[in-house]
Amino acid sequence: MELVLPGIGLVFWMSLVFILLLVLLKKFAWKPILGALKEREGEIMSSLMMAKETKMQMEQLKAENEKLLVEARQERDAILVQANKAKDQIITDAKAKAQHEADRIVENSRMIIESEKRAAINEIKNQVAELSIAIAEKVLVAELSDKKKQSELVDKQLSQLNFN
Amino acid sequence: MILKKFWEGKAFVLTAIILLFFVFSFHSGMANEDLHAQNHDTTHQEAEAFDAGEMIFEHVLDAHDWHIADFAGHAISIPLPIILLDDQNKLHFFMSSKFEHGHASYNGFMLCKEGTNKGKIVPAIDGTMELDQSRAIPYDFSITKNVMAIFFSALLILLLFTSIAKSYKKRAGMAPKGIQSAIEVIILFVRDDIAKPSIGHHFEKYMPYLLTVFFFIVINNLLGLVPIIPGGANVTGNISVTLVLALFTFGITTISANKNYWTHMINMPGVPWWLKFPIPLMPIIEIMGMLTKPFVLMVRLFANILAGHIVILGFISMIFIFGALSPIGGYGVSIVSVAFSLFLSMLEILVAFIQAYVFTLLSALYFGMAMEESH
Repeated sequence: MELVLPGIGLVFWMSLVFILLLVLLKKFAWKPILGALKEREGEIMSSLMMAKETKMQMEQLKAENEKLLVEARQERDAILVQANKAKDQIITDAKAKAQHEADRIVENSRMIIESEKRAAINEIKNQVAELSIAIAEKVLVAELSDKKKQSELVDKQLSQLNFN
Repeated sequence: MILKKFWEGKAFVLTAIILLFFVFSFHSGMANEDLHAQNHDTTHQEAEAFDAGEMIFEHVLDAHDWHIADFAGHAISIPLPIILLDDQNKLHFFMSSKFEHGHASYNGFMLCKEGTNKGKIVPAIDGTMELDQSRAIPYDFSITKNVMAIFFSALLILLLFTSIAKSYKKRAGMAPKGIQSAIEVIILFVRDDIAKPSIGHHFEKYMPYLLTVFFFIVINNLLGLVPIIPGGANVTGNISVTLVLALFTFGITTISANKNYWTHMINMPGVPWWLKFPIPLMPIIEIMGMLTKPFVLMVRLFANILAGHIVILGFISMIFIFGALSPIGGYGVSIVSVAFSLFLSMLEILVAFIQAYVFTLLSALYFGMAMEESH
């Protein structure tokens, strides 16, 4: 019968020890252990979340970088096109300027030539005039000896003279 | 080198087991022969003969001293303090060695050796071994073998878990290490597989109790399997201990019970009125159910552990029973008995965990039921 009948002493000591054990373990073991476990779980959770977030951020950054790259490429192309255009422009401008200069030089030369020609003509004219005067003088001198012959000579001379 | 390898290898373990086998069988044979010799010498042949039932009950029951071994006809045991509260509300305090293993009375008390009060401390007529009928049996608050074992296991649990808690503080935010990681698995198991699914979102409040109960039962179950002091006391296979544990579960269940629980208890909804009035059939059944739960908890743990101890002791007793018939029989049976005891001890290790799991799980389920909201 002793086997299945609880004894008051053992019940008393068991209750006392168990209550003490429960209280002490709760304070000095379960609280710190469960707290640490919960904390660690929270840490793992937050770490995972952070990793996920970082990954997302990385992806975003990558996409942004790609976008920037594309933009840079586009800009480069645009700059190149512009540079080409500018180059062409410069070349055409230079050509035009050169042409203009050449034209100017040619014109100048022509003008100089013209003025020189004119001067030459004028000189020729003056020469001719002097020559004419000289001739006239000679003729006059000769004609003065034979009047009729003189005048004929003048006419003839004059008609033969061609200004050009 | 060879020796070192041998020491580390499986060969060592095997050899050790075989050696132990021989030592045990030799010892049992010797013991039997001693018993034989005694039997022939003493006049009380029948009383001294090996009684398996008595031996087993001596081992599974509580005792006022911690019996270690018998040597040359004398019991070697550790005396334990006796604390008695007699019918005059007077406290008596002395060591159990004063009883001389039940052969002497002391201070008007003696250890009853037979009858209905067997194993209890009863009042004795001074100086004799006669029961004093005029005085009531005193309240026995002695530090018995089981109480001592409870003290020891409680101290062990306390030291173990406070040191683990310390390592959690020391290694905060780091992975567990050593015994900490071994225990953490069990703690997480109790939390995630027992408390959380059974109780629901208020489970944290009950974690200290569930963990304490689980480890108290496991450690005492395992200590009960260790045959040498301070193990070997049948703590969890004692009805008083399981009664206290079951009462704790019952008390916590009752305290945490909500209105829904009591409504179902007293006035079960959805049941025809004539089942509740004039004869309150349903309430009676419900209240019986409420009381059955802790009762079953108490009996399950008690019976499982007790049965394990009795079966193992039974196999060991077989050596002595056969040995009493013939020494050769003792040797022969010892091989089978030790093999079976070993197997059963393994099984008992498994049972130690299973019973702790079942007790904790059912406690958690009862808490969960008590807090269930109406649906």
